[in-house]
Amino acid sequence: MNRPGLYADFWRRLRRNRLALAGGLVVVSLFVVSFLAPWLAPYDPAYIDVSSVLEGPSKAHPFGTDPLGRDVLSRMIWGSRISLKVGFVAVGLATMIGIFFGAVAGYYGDWVDALIMRFVDLMLCFPAFFLILAVIAILEPSIWNIMIVIGVTGWMGVARLVRAEFLTLKNREFVLAARALGASDRRIIFAHILPNALAPVLVAATLGVAGAILTESALSFLGIGVQPPTPSWGNILTEGKDNISLAWWLSLYPGLAILVTVLGYNLLGEGIRDSLDPRLRV
Amino acid sequence: MLEYIAKRLILMIPLLVGITLVSFVVIHLAPGKPTDLATMMNPKASLEAKQRLEELYGLDKPLHVQYWNWLKRLAKLDFGRSFSPDRELVLTKIGGRLPITILINVLSMALIFLVAIPIGVYSATHQNSLFDRGTTVFVFVGFATPTFWLALLLMILFGVHLGWLPISGLKSLNYDQLSPLKQFGDRIAHLILPVLLSAFGGLAGMSRYMRSNMLEVVRQDYITTARAKGLSERTVIYKHALRNALMPVITILGLSVPSLIGGSVIFESIFAIPGMGQLFYASVMSRDYPTVMGGLVIGAVLTLGGNLLADIGYALADPRIREARR
Repeated sequence: MNRPGLYADFWRRLRRNRLALAGGLVVVSLFVVSFLAPWLAPYDPAYIDVSSVLEGPSKAHPFGTDPLGRDVLSRMIWGSRISLKVGFVAVGLATMIGIFFGAVAGYYGDWVDALIMRFVDLMLCFPAFFLILAVIAILEPSIWNIMIVIGVTGWMGVARLVRAEFLTLKNREFVLAARALGASDRRIIFAHILPNALAPVLVAATLGVAGAILTESALSFLGIGVQPPTPSWGNILTEGKDNISLAWWLSLYPGLAILVTVLGYNLLGEGIRDSLDPRLRV
Repeated sequence: MLEYIAKRLILMIPLLVGITLVSFVVIHLAPGKPTDLATMMNPKASLEAKQRLEELYGLDKPLHVQYWNWLKRLAKLDFGRSFSPDRELVLTKIGGRLPITILINVLSMALIFLVAIPIGVYSATHQNSLFDRGTTVFVFVGFATPTFWLALLLMILFGVHLGWLPISGLKSLNYDQLSPLKQFGDRIAHLILPVLLSAFGGLAGMSRYMRSNMLEVVRQDYITTARAKGLSERTVIYKHALRNALMPVITILGLSVPSLIGGSVIFESIFAIPGMGQLFYASVMSRDYPTVMGGLVIGAVLTLGGNLLADIGYALADPRIREARR
């Protein structure tokens, strides 16, 4: 198995998958919009204009204005930063925890494995949303706390995946060879087995970003996530709910942004899965 | 069978203990004592509330003693009293809210079943047809749709613009003046949107799952055998394939309990339905710790119960397991 060949093959297949490319385009656009927010946003997202409260979409305000006369489009552009951050930090954390527990469980097996896997079962018993809410109730609702909590409650799937990979990989020749050469457990786990177990993790992480964005928006919508005046797609929707009979545009556009972003990550994730291993295709 | 159920129940005990342990850790996450935080963050929490918290957890004692005492109270189903002004027992409070949440969840599960299974079967038997592609698109969009957003849109459409459906609460203001038949209709009308939306997420997942199950089963040898002996396609699909494809669905139903319960927080607060989700949300907002902890433990126990029911259902449905367990 030569690595360049494997990856070239992966890229060739991914490029041919039009849906995955569309997903990738959405994700890239999210990056671009977040980074260029100060230049892209037509107005200051915090600028309150009492003379233009709850105005419908117009040339001046393509997505209308909110109850404080702020420009919804500008708030959505700045809100994309939250979605980007949440995806990365929460899923990064979940992936790291999941890799650690999954690798240790799969590699050492026996009672270590039993203990960790029972803990995974236990964590899966909690309705995730309840657990997140309870923790947020005790800590402060802030963007960082949310990202940490989403990460800490979302690692179990990755742990199971990594464990399964380790179980099949740990007795392969290249691992035995590394052990015969005197490599430490840590080196075998992280330098030898892990790189070979990363493919499903990458897929799970991409799909996980979609889930994290949905969770954050739901939390912010309920008022326990990103706190105003910081704009997030979820908390603009809260204003939409509060003005449900007055301003449909406050409800429509931010939700559409969430949908498109989540769809993008999902399509990209599925595309990566199909390209890495056609056998995994559903 | 009874032996199997007993075995499963015993296996649940360590999980139950684990649930209480994790919940206990959660309440002690707060920097400093939870009582400091409660009194600091919540002006409603008076000195008296602080004393009650200390009484509930025995905060002056060492951690393991605190945990043990809390566990002893939980064993007696004593979750303490709520911090809200009515000072109700947490158990009574949650107990009063649970039926409506369970009703909505059961209805939406039934809806998921009734709609997703035919969709899945039809997509699988007509693979790559227009219908199959259409549902695939629906599934992808469905997975990506924030359900609370869809709820808002449907409220705007059916509630505000068309005025067909009520958008909040469980009954109309004039409920008491209606005839019994109209009262029933009123109840139904109030449940339509919440049930529809709480089913929505599961609908996409389940029809996808059913489709791939069916595709898997249709490739099996016994289906080829059934076809080879000249059975009609109808019999092959609905009698031989469908039954086997339905089996794993039971497990999925059990696994979907936590997300349904979690989802109830969102629906119930959007539609102002006085269920467990809304109670939990309100308790989180007012930092009513005893109720939050009670809700967390009960939510997890409900999940365990759902899993148990799914396993038993599976064992009853699958002759291989049924015979082996005899």
